[in-house]
Amino acid sequence: MSANPVAAFGLTKRFGSFTAVEALDLQIGKGEIVGFIGPNGAGKSTTIRMLCGLLRPSAGRAEVAGFDVARQSEAVRAHIGYMSQKFSLYGDLTGRENLRFFAGIYRVPRREIRERISFAIAMAGLEGREEALVKTLAGGWKQRLALGCAILHRPPVLFLDEPTSGVEPQARRRFWDLIHNLAGEGATILVSTHAMDEAEYCNRVALIDAGRLVAIGSPGELRGRELAGELFELACAPLGAALEALQSLPEVIEAAIFADKLHVLLEKDANALSLPAILAGRQISAKAPRAIAPTLEDVFVQLVSRRESKRGRE
Amino acid sequence: MFERLEAILVKEFLELRRDPWAIFRLIIPLALQVIVYGYAATFTVHHVATAVLDLDNSEASRSLISHFLATRRFDIVDFADRQSTVTRDLDSGKATLAIVIHAGFARDLASGRGAPLAVAVDGTNSNTALISLGYVGEIVSRFEAEEAAKASTVKAGAAPPTVTVSLEERPWFNSGLEDRWFFIPGVIGTLTLVQVVNLTSFAVVREREVGTLEQIMVSPIRPVEFILGKTLPFFLIGLADVALVTLLGVLWFHIPFVGDPFVMLYGASLFLLATLGLGLLLSTFSRTQQQAFALNFFLINPIFILSGFAFPIAAMPRFLQWLTFLNPLRYFLIVIRAVFLKGVGLSDLWQEFAAMALLGVVMLGLSVLRFKKSLD
Repeated sequence: MSANPVAAFGLTKRFGSFTAVEALDLQIGKGEIVGFIGPNGAGKSTTIRMLCGLLRPSAGRAEVAGFDVARQSEAVRAHIGYMSQKFSLYGDLTGRENLRFFAGIYRVPRREIRERISFAIAMAGLEGREEALVKTLAGGWKQRLALGCAILHRPPVLFLDEPTSGVEPQARRRFWDLIHNLAGEGATILVSTHAMDEAEYCNRVALIDAGRLVAIGSPGELRGRELAGELFELACAPLGAALEALQSLPEVIEAAIFADKLHVLLEKDANALSLPAILAGRQISAKAPRAIAPTLEDVFVQLVSRRESKRGRE
Repeated sequence: MFERLEAILVKEFLELRRDPWAIFRLIIPLALQVIVYGYAATFTVHHVATAVLDLDNSEASRSLISHFLATRRFDIVDFADRQSTVTRDLDSGKATLAIVIHAGFARDLASGRGAPLAVAVDGTNSNTALISLGYVGEIVSRFEAEEAAKASTVKAGAAPPTVTVSLEERPWFNSGLEDRWFFIPGVIGTLTLVQVVNLTSFAVVREREVGTLEQIMVSPIRPVEFILGKTLPFFLIGLADVALVTLLGVLWFHIPFVGDPFVMLYGASLFLLATLGLGLLLSTFSRTQQQAFALNFFLINPIFILSGFAFPIAAMPRFLQWLTFLNPLRYFLIVIRAVFLKGVGLSDLWQEFAAMALLGVVMLGLSVLRFKKSLD
């Protein structure tokens, strides 16, 4: 038995011949927020569903709040809060009625129901709207209300599956503040997202791609540790032709479009200043490259492409 | 157990109340169908379009034709003058029945040798054809009896020519042999079955589709709590259905209700148990509402046909007769018809009650077992 509230050992899920999650190891400490980052279909939801006891692992095992997810799934369920990827409250019920429903389902003691529902309404910022039908609420409220429903029974572990997708930026910030408050009170939280900027809000980030955990660490660690070369930003036009030209150069490890510029990862000893001249030879105008600090997205792009080229060689 | 059950029940009724179409969906189609069945579902045949070809043109032949005219069963649409006209009438559908009286009918009748009478009937609807022929037989035998009586008065003093057995028919429980008395009680069972199986199977599948089922499955709720919470509201709706159709039948169509309403209530409760079980079982086999719809569609018709609602079970092949034992509707139809028309009680119906209870427990049990709190 692990001391960590969330612990996965070689967790694997296969659907027929397709392996959705492969030998995933993950430890999350009490009060920690771990961001689960990866593209759609990488296996984030499948992992979370295994940890919730909704899917049976094909191999490996996992413990949540000290209980085995396969053998003690009912005990696991009593100790977790879960927000599924799809918004799943009852649209024809008001916010208060939804809260009342989940309080009943989780058997919140009767004398505490009123207080906990008031707390959840305040947390969601739903005061004055608690009697509105949920289907009429805007995205941010719906999502905070869903979080409110998921924590009514004060679970020590929270699994949030892409809770901020489709929610406007301000509401996203507010949601992350709530998550930090909950972690501050001791909740252990695994939150998945495919928005890289949200990774910066997490204590640690687990990068997952094609069912495999490719890296895990604090955002700072990942940015410093994972790049195999030096990163430059290059303003050039046209972007598409420049990208193609750069990717064909041997000293370029990776190039990708970021907004209106390119991020180019060069071998350590390559001469970045020669790039504009090379591009000019192909009728592409470019300014002098500028060395930049990598973002998590750079790290992720590079890790994924490295794995892809490795797979390509095999 | 009760907090969770209460939570689900409150939620179900709130959702029902917020659904502006609920009343429409639950009551109007049901009432309309009862009325349509009440008026349209009948085996009685009136006003059969009839063509007549009288090649004898005698007093006797005209007397026979007037016997046909005297009932409301037959409308003579064509007095034909040759066989080809009669054939055309039947081909075109202008006439369903044709009576051909051959030349020499009166002579043969008088001689006592027996006079042949040809009757052709459009057999495409075998039911109508059979019933019409039955009426023809009745009319002809009445005609025969009258002719025989006439003949014996003419030969006064002579011994009666034949000894006849006169059949006195006395149908019990439905003395007028009204089809409506047979159909309306049956409609209670069939419509309730459709309504309840539909509602139940869709209710669970809809939660699956919307995603709320996943949210419920990650909670520590027990399958039996969830299933009870999902089915109790439909049980109450089903009872209301039964009451509504019964009232319509009694008040609108004047079907006699001679039995004990409580026997009906017990029977309906057990029947609902079985139909709820069936609906839930279907929902555990469906991922989407389309699948649930297809399954319903696939099952409802056989359930009707193998219930005795319209077609007598005794006339079915042995194998299909065995299948009817699995059909809850079969038992409930016996119960309703018996309660409505015969007024019999539990002592005569306990076998049907036991069968419905058994089916209900098995199907509900199976759906609890099949309701896994996992997405695998």
